[in-house]
Amino acid sequence: MAPAITTLAADAPELSAANTGFMLICSALVMLMTPALAFFYGGMVRVKSTLNMLMMSFISLGIVTILWVLFGFSLAFGTDIGSIIGWSSDYVGLSGIGVTELWDGYTIPVYVFAAFQLMFAILTPALISGALADRVKFTAWALFITLWVTVVYFPVAHWVWGAGGWLFEMGVIDFAGGTAVHINAGAAALGVILVIGKRVGFKKDPMRPHSLPLVMLGAGLLWFGWFGFNAGSWLGNDDGVGAVMFVNTQVATAAAMLAWLAYEKIRHGAFTTLGAASGAVAGLVAITPSGGAVSPLGAIAIGVIAGLLCAMAVGLKYKFGYDDSLDVIGVHLVGGVLGSLLVGLFATGGVQSDVKGLFYGGGLEQLGKQAIGVFAVLAYSLIASAILALVIDKTMGMRVSEDDEVSGIDQVEHAETAYDFSGAGGGASSRSTAAPAPAVTENKKVDA
Amino acid sequence: MKLITAVVKPHRLDEIKEALQAFGVHGLTVTEASGYGRQRGHTEVYRGAEYTVDLVPKIRIEVLVEDEDAEQLIDVVVKAARTGKIGDGKVWSVPVETAVRVRTGERGPDAL
Repeated sequence: MAPAITTLAADAPELSAANTGFMLICSALVMLMTPALAFFYGGMVRVKSTLNMLMMSFISLGIVTILWVLFGFSLAFGTDIGSIIGWSSDYVGLSGIGVTELWDGYTIPVYVFAAFQLMFAILTPALISGALADRVKFTAWALFITLWVTVVYFPVAHWVWGAGGWLFEMGVIDFAGGTAVHINAGAAALGVILVIGKRVGFKKDPMRPHSLPLVMLGAGLLWFGWFGFNAGSWLGNDDGVGAVMFVNTQVATAAAMLAWLAYEKIRHGAFTTLGAASGAVAGLVAITPSGGAVSPLGAIAIGVIAGLLCAMAVGLKYKFGYDDSLDVIGVHLVGGVLGSLLVGLFATGGVQSDVKGLFYGGGLEQLGKQAIGVFAVLAYSLIASAILALVIDKTMGMRVSEDDEVSGIDQVEHAETAYDFSGAGGGASSRSTAAPAPAVTENKKVDA
Repeated sequence: MKLITAVVKPHRLDEIKEALQAFGVHGLTVTEASGYGRQRGHTEVYRGAEYTVDLVPKIRIEVLVEDEDAEQLIDVVVKAARTGKIGDGKVWSVPVETAVRVRTGERGPDAL
């Protein structure tokens, strides 16, 4: 997140129509990332739980939006209380905000900032869902999202991006959400799966992705939306930093995709589409915290490192026996940690701030700060998420029954089937009042 | 009557269809099938997790014929299906008691 534009410090900033328009578009781009993620994840599960996977992301668009309006924006970006949380009664219900009131130090309205940040708050819990595929009760998930954004996301967003937040004040660089979004979601995923356990048949049954084209579609849309996520996080275009971020986003993603594919080809003998999609997402994650501080060559290095290490990290779940179903930990936690730490090595001191990383003569100071940010968010999110999951599991239960999981969560939780491949309609017959009575067809063509 | 069943490689369908038409067969049923015989499956890899996929896609063609045509028709199918490589499939026949054309009610060889 950008510090206030200091060049205008003497004069109060005025509303910029260009920046406001740009940020509204960026907000819409980030909104698209949640359905994109739904497709990315949805294609990776088996046919029988496709709809549940889509809905776990989609429901976040509903729940988090309402919470954000009611109190989330106030908790994350209200006036600082003790460096750990915010609160401003004007932000409750977004009702005390003037239409032309500007976000402090910037040229965009508070409403625009609130809308942009809302999209981040929606995406982050949706990211967690990939680790929980096939097995979580939908009501339990809805409750988890509600509690998680309240107890974990809103405070952590305040730490990292809120004026007065302790990591923000310490000087941790997190341009667009390496800690607050990706480490946060990845650590939460680990916390929850340690409580709820593995899918039935994990490591025994084949669990092939049912639709890789859907995964590619999702990855492509994520890549597209990520330009809004990253370039928009500077909240304006007055000094070119957002443009550097835009370029670095593209560069690191390309590098990570190639690195993942190269690793796969050498290790497993094929260039897979899932590898291309996963590599791209790993690159996007890693450049998220770092892209505003590094050069395009630095972005290539970050992309290659993230692509390789995430490709290796996704295998760890088989070694250690935890069921991170769609590799939220392997891609988002590992990628987020890498990106956040690599700032401490590759920051040039010439883009978003004059902070230099180790490779540019800046010593270890920034790397140390980054490590504190990484550890703080990881530890808090891991522990708090595990506790939330445990509380829900002990009260209403987190998981569907084993029978329901095996026969398919879609029909149990959503009363639908993702794909109807059968010419005979799968034996479905209508018995509801919604279906019209069969029409008496007159003049029916008689087939000789 | 006999029911000739062929489980063969999907890409041979067009050749088999043409050969059967040339032979004078008026109708057939095709279903997508999967299975394995001596042809081994293949290995797929997803984010480093390797899966052995045993079942290979096949098509299953079914044709009803009169007894005297059966042997010759089997030869026609086998010839059209053959690539000479492992996994070409199998063709077999079984006797059929009766057959009815649903539209007209014709029975036996008349229904073919």
